[in-house]
Amino acid sequence: MSLRLSDSDQAALGGENGPGTSMAMSILVRMAGVYGVSELMDITAAHIDSSIYMGIATMEYAERLVDLGARVSVPSTLNVSGVDEHGWQEWSVPKQHAENARRQMVAYEAMGCIPTWTCAPYQTEHRPVFGQQIAAGESNAICFYNSVIGARTERYPDLLDICAAITGRVPATGLHLEENRAGTVLLQLIEIPLALQDDDSFYPVLGYLIGGLEPDGVPVIAGVEANVTEDRHKAICAGAATAGAVALYHLVGSTPEAGTIEQAFHGRAVDKTIEIHMHQLVGAYRRLTTASSEALDMVVLGSPHFSLDEFRTLAPLLEGKARDSDVEFLVTCSRSIRMIADELGLLESLKSFGGRITVDTCPLATPMLPERIKRLMTNSAKYAYYSPGLLNTEVSYGSLQDCVRSAVEGRVIRDDSLWMV
Amino acid sequence: MDGIIKGKVVVAGTARALLLASHEPLSFWGGYDQATGEIIDRRHPLSGEIGTGKIMAVPFTRGSSTTTGILIESVRAGVAPAGIITTEPDSYLALASIVADEMYSKSFPVIAVGQKAFGRFKSGMEIEITEEGEILFIEEAGKER
Repeated sequence: MSLRLSDSDQAALGGENGPGTSMAMSILVRMAGVYGVSELMDITAAHIDSSIYMGIATMEYAERLVDLGARVSVPSTLNVSGVDEHGWQEWSVPKQHAENARRQMVAYEAMGCIPTWTCAPYQTEHRPVFGQQIAAGESNAICFYNSVIGARTERYPDLLDICAAITGRVPATGLHLEENRAGTVLLQLIEIPLALQDDDSFYPVLGYLIGGLEPDGVPVIAGVEANVTEDRHKAICAGAATAGAVALYHLVGSTPEAGTIEQAFHGRAVDKTIEIHMHQLVGAYRRLTTASSEALDMVVLGSPHFSLDEFRTLAPLLEGKARDSDVEFLVTCSRSIRMIADELGLLESLKSFGGRITVDTCPLATPMLPERIKRLMTNSAKYAYYSPGLLNTEVSYGSLQDCVRSAVEGRVIRDDSLWMV
Repeated sequence: MDGIIKGKVVVAGTARALLLASHEPLSFWGGYDQATGEIIDRRHPLSGEIGTGKIMAVPFTRGSSTTTGILIESVRAGVAPAGIITTEPDSYLALASIVADEMYSKSFPVIAVGQKAFGRFKSGMEIEITEEGEILFIEEAGKER
């Protein structure tokens, strides 16, 4: 299939809008060849994951675009950066890293992006609406936008999302198109106790299990009877998009394109069903933990970034308690959520507990942890999945309540009763 | 070994190197050390192996959209794989190669071969990727993993 460019695409490629737009269009056009599409289409918003500082190359890429005069042409939120801009000195971030990561932040701001600095941009006022065509990077945000909001984005890799934002164009393919959003495989939960479904710690595990099944296409989840809040969907997205490449799922009775199983499959017959039984969930729950002992150095919460509702749940749990002096307690969130939580008095108990907050980034994206931190605990499937490889730590997965109790006691304590059936 | 695999060119280029192959998908973010080329996903069968200068065969990339960032860093640092082979065309790997070309005039071939042909790859084989996307088996080291 050969690519037909519009007159304005041709002009952008030829440099009529400046060399920065031309570079972005050149990359986009080469990628259109990889996707095998015949045309590009418009988007009206973007979320830029390229903001994460990986090293000199990602910084040079951003600065090259700025030097060439590139600016985004649609409202574009920014994902996490490589440094907590105003708080990094409290941690073990090398100065050179902080300076480079900040240079990269400045470059993306210079291109006109909105400095949201969060991997949960759907918690901001800039989130897209149902049916909106957008280009998003950040695997959990891609999954959330498609699945929970019903906006339309492909899985955009870092470095391409910004090209889409600059040109306002994307290859017309994949999940942008209605026909590709139909369910392809039914994931039927079988006799999963409601008490477990009613617990927040169920959803990261469900997401992690679903991602690991490597479902081809668009999974449709059925059999969830509990109320699936946005935070629970966030946890499913983070788990599924981490362990697998899930960019869209339908959860029958909850997500906007899945009022019924029939609707989720666009009226087509269901030709593949995978049953999800309790023993698989228990297996996934166990695999999220790599730690071999109860020893604990740090509790880390907020991947994807902690929401206001999560702060509302956490605050009373910390009331009148204090962490063990050897166990760090960290919550990662966006600047705006921290500000609102503070206004609402939700950070008082966290402060007296001895907990800290990092904004703009998270320990997976910035080298902030002191050398002594070797054993983590988290309620996030994403933190649990990545920390052994990226941080060279052992990790224990548990509920929010388990995490708080463990921080107080100074060792990993888990209430497994909901999982032992 | 007999037989040439005719792959689909995702990003054109040539390479001749030892294979590092797995049937497990890999996220390069959290899975590939951009400074050393080591596979660092401790849940992955290739954990501890070095990808630098090798032709890597993984069915697809999983998870993170930061895979591309890691790969261009590894190109700049000189520790990238010499080429990457997948089952279906993988846009994340393709983009990394295209941006490495735009930024540093250094790219690596990305080839898709389908599931059946992919099953023939074993770590330790020496193979060659041609400009046309053909994969030639130079010799089989006979090293199973």
